Amino acid sequence: MSVYTLEIDGREVGARPGETILAVAREHQIEIPTLCSLEGLSTVGACRLCLTEVEGASRLLPACTTAVAEGMRVRTQSERIARYRRGILELLFAERNHQCAVCVSNGHCDLQALATSLGMDHVRVPYRDPLLSVDASHERFALDHNRCVLCTRCVRVCDEIEGAHTWDVAGRGIGSWIVSDLADPWGESSSCTGCGKCVQVCPTGALFEKGKAIGEMTKRTAFVPMLQHMRGRRR
Amino acid sequence: MTPEELRSRAERRRLEESRFSERLRVCTATSCASLGSGALFDALSAEIHRRGTGDRCELKRVGCLGLCAAGPLVMAEQGTGSTHTESLLREVRPEQAASLLDGFRDGFPAEQSVPLDLPFFRKQRRIVSEACGRIDPDRIDDAVAAGAYRALLEALHERTPADVLAEIDRSGLRGRGGAGYPTGLKWHTVAKAEASQKFVVCNADEGDPGAYMDRSVLESDPHRVLEGMALAAYAVGASEGFVYVRAEYLLAIERLRQAIGQANQIGLLGSAVGGTAFHFHVEVRLGAGAYVCGEETALLASIEGGRGTPRPRPPYPAAAGLFGAPTLINNVETLANVPAIVARGGDWFASIGTEKSKGTKIFALAGKVAHTGVIEVPMGTTLHEIVFELGGGIPDGARCKAVQTGGPSGGCIPARFFETPVDYENLAGLGSIMGSGGLIVMDEQTCMVDIARFFMAFCRDESCGKCVPCRVGTVELHQLLDTIANGRAGTRDMELLEEFCDLVRHTSLCGLGQSAPNPVLSTLRHFPEEYRAHLRGQCPAGVCFPASPAEEPPR
Amino acid sequence: MTQTVAGRPESSRETEGPAARRVQEDPRWKPVAATLRRQGHRPDALIEGMHAAQQAFGWLDPAVLRALAEALDVPLAKVFGVATFYHLFTTRPLGTHGCIVCLGTACHLKGGPEILAALTRAHPVEPGQTSPGAEMTLTVARCIGACTLAPLVVLDGEIAGPVTVEEVLERVERWFGPASGETTR
Repeated sequence: MSVYTLEIDGREVGARPGETILAVAREHQIEIPTLCSLEGLSTVGACRLCLTEVEGASRLLPACTTAVAEGMRVRTQSERIARYRRGILELLFAERNHQCAVCVSNGHCDLQALATSLGMDHVRVPYRDPLLSVDASHERFALDHNRCVLCTRCVRVCDEIEGAHTWDVAGRGIGSWIVSDLADPWGESSSCTGCGKCVQVCPTGALFEKGKAIGEMTKRTAFVPMLQHMRGRRR
Repeated sequence: MTPEELRSRAERRRLEESRFSERLRVCTATSCASLGSGALFDALSAEIHRRGTGDRCELKRVGCLGLCAAGPLVMAEQGTGSTHTESLLREVRPEQAASLLDGFRDGFPAEQSVPLDLPFFRKQRRIVSEACGRIDPDRIDDAVAAGAYRALLEALHERTPADVLAEIDRSGLRGRGGAGYPTGLKWHTVAKAEASQKFVVCNADEGDPGAYMDRSVLESDPHRVLEGMALAAYAVGASEGFVYVRAEYLLAIERLRQAIGQANQIGLLGSAVGGTAFHFHVEVRLGAGAYVCGEETALLASIEGGRGTPRPRPPYPAAAGLFGAPTLINNVETLANVPAIVARGGDWFASIGTEKSKGTKIFALAGKVAHTGVIEVPMGTTLHEIVFELGGGIPDGARCKAVQTGGPSGGCIPARFFETPVDYENLAGLGSIMGSGGLIVMDEQTCMVDIARFFMAFCRDESCGKCVPCRVGTVELHQLLDTIANGRAGTRDMELLEEFCDLVRHTSLCGLGQSAPNPVLSTLRHFPEEYRAHLRGQCPAGVCFPASPAEEPPR
Repeated sequence: MTQTVAGRPESSRETEGPAARRVQEDPRWKPVAATLRRQGHRPDALIEGMHAAQQAFGWLDPAVLRALAEALDVPLAKVFGVATFYHLFTTRPLGTHGCIVCLGTACHLKGGPEILAALTRAHPVEPGQTSPGAEMTLTVARCIGACTLAPLVVLDGEIAGPVTVEEVLERVERWFGPASGETTR
């Protein structure tokens, strides 16, 4: 197999054809912030946090979906990119009701961690303060729409790994929301197997295990690439 | 069917028509139909029957006659060759059926006659809309008599796909859906892709507010679009096609389905087209009310039966499109240009227009202008000619302030730039875009902040919700514009407006989000004083204060 | 059928088997079945199927959505996602009459917003909703492509334009009068 040579943040790195910028960067311990992307799941390029500057490209390109090419020169950090990333986080925090102090995922939340690492310390646009519901109808888990960032990791893990496709996105635009089946209460969903994969991959406290106190909900996502890998071998 | 058979079929139909000494063409496209042209047609038909003059007077339903605001429109034709005359009659009512028929003998009422030497007609150059308003869109023989499918059959019998492709290259045709990507390049990419199956998709999801050219073409001459699709399929090696139409366009859908059925029946589409080894099956697929489906990857997702959300490109549809197969997507007007290019040659086409923008462009004229309707003009026509000559200027002696082109992805061009020849580069240079062809004229009573807010509300409502900048950014930008329009904003809000316009533009996933800030940016650039006035609590156009109109509905 | 949150009728919790079968035995399902058959029951027939189903049943109730999901082997959540993505599909029952106010650019400039404001003032209905007595469903369109008729409304499927506020109020008034309940379609 041929190997490409490219440059990421001034470092020369090798990559296999078909790999994404994100994958190559991670192999070389170059950190690119992401939210919707998760190793082992398909990519959607929706959160836009992993946008990078690729020399010769007229637009910023998402590292998670852009395939590497020979001689590519990528910049994952710049003043401009940092500004955009903070702006996107401001929009996410303004969109729903993210109140870390009362959240089960406080301290273990990807959104919170990104805000800290990218230096997003206040939100300048008006908070929308929407009135959203909590679905606690499931025996073991709950969904709090207030904390959802619509990354669709739950939708993808349920469809691609568990094979149940209990979740999908309903509505559109700012009115989009995650639904189970025909918007049935989660606990009454006929397709849900109760496996809890969606809870584990959720980057915030939107999907959580019942009975956890504030800050107690830690999540494991390592099983996703493992399962994906094992299935690939079986095929 | 061989080219000869097609020719004799056309000849037969022309002969049939020439037997009538009087011919009435009634526009039955959406606009005239809403103004009562259906009842008018029935009244005329009954009157001809009563008089028993059906053997000399032909009554025909046709598509758009152009001057939509003056409908219902009727074109009355008499004689042939040197004695041929045409009279266009406006606002004809059913009770005038008898006097209209008498008009062939006594002359038509002057007050209802539209002079055909108006700049509105004189300055047009009709290629795409050549047969619009001339043929009955429900009768394939009518289209054939006007030359439909001739280019296709000749190409299938006498020319190679590469030859057709070369013709498109030479023509310099660029995508008429808005972005102006060279059509030949797109075709080459699909032609080069190796796959057992390829698709041609016609994007008829016309959704820009103020744009209705594609509807007009589909309602008036669906065969031209189908022939263009078939030629494209032949050139790139596709055997299946889809026309993705807005479900709101009932008449266009009906006529398209009818046209496909008729063309299949006489072997001009379907299996073994024209008796050759070329197969091309076309299906109509309906949208369901989602503007974002005009974006090509969203459109494909919708044809596949899913939510119309775009995906990152690359891969481009030309490499991996519908059901993963290489797919050529062109807009209605682009495809409707193809038959004429193949028939008359790319060089002929390239001789029309400007250096970088060849051919003609159809515009839908609307807003505060005297002659609203559909026009086709050579690229390079100035905005002044379009608004003041073809459009007849602003009614009630009001002053023209700007035109809006490109819908929610475009911008407002102030009247001081009206001498600019219209082409892709010039409009982009002025901060707008050619867009699909909606051209809305605005007078002094139009507030530019209100217009910017209007388009942002549109983008907010039509955002698919997939990517964060567009989903939330359009909401926040709209909120900021609302604060400004209501006179409650400060300079800090203006800074935020500019910063988040920049963010949404550069970080959104698809064209909808990337271009959503354009109406704001273009009005900020050309009308900064209006924004400043709003900060002081004044609306120069008198739209925003004190009684602001209910701007848009809560959702 | 009562409504709870966000277009979720309560009966949606019925288990799919019986509900879907009941719909598929309904004579109104026939044209829907024909549409699905024409497309070989492929998953991509979902949107065409929804158009046919909404035409036949008036709206996409949960039982109809279940029937579609079952007929095409598409997950329920996906079916619901599609049904709620597109403006033209409705997961709530519609009123006897329909009024669409166009708010495209030309209509915006020529008085569309005033027509909408007058309608919501005169009648207990918000855009996108149906009046409590189910007399009328009021919707808003962003350009229906007939801009020369601006400002325009679509009353029970027929375009009317250019119209004045008074004309629209008068036409709609009739739907709320004693004779309401009779359709003029």
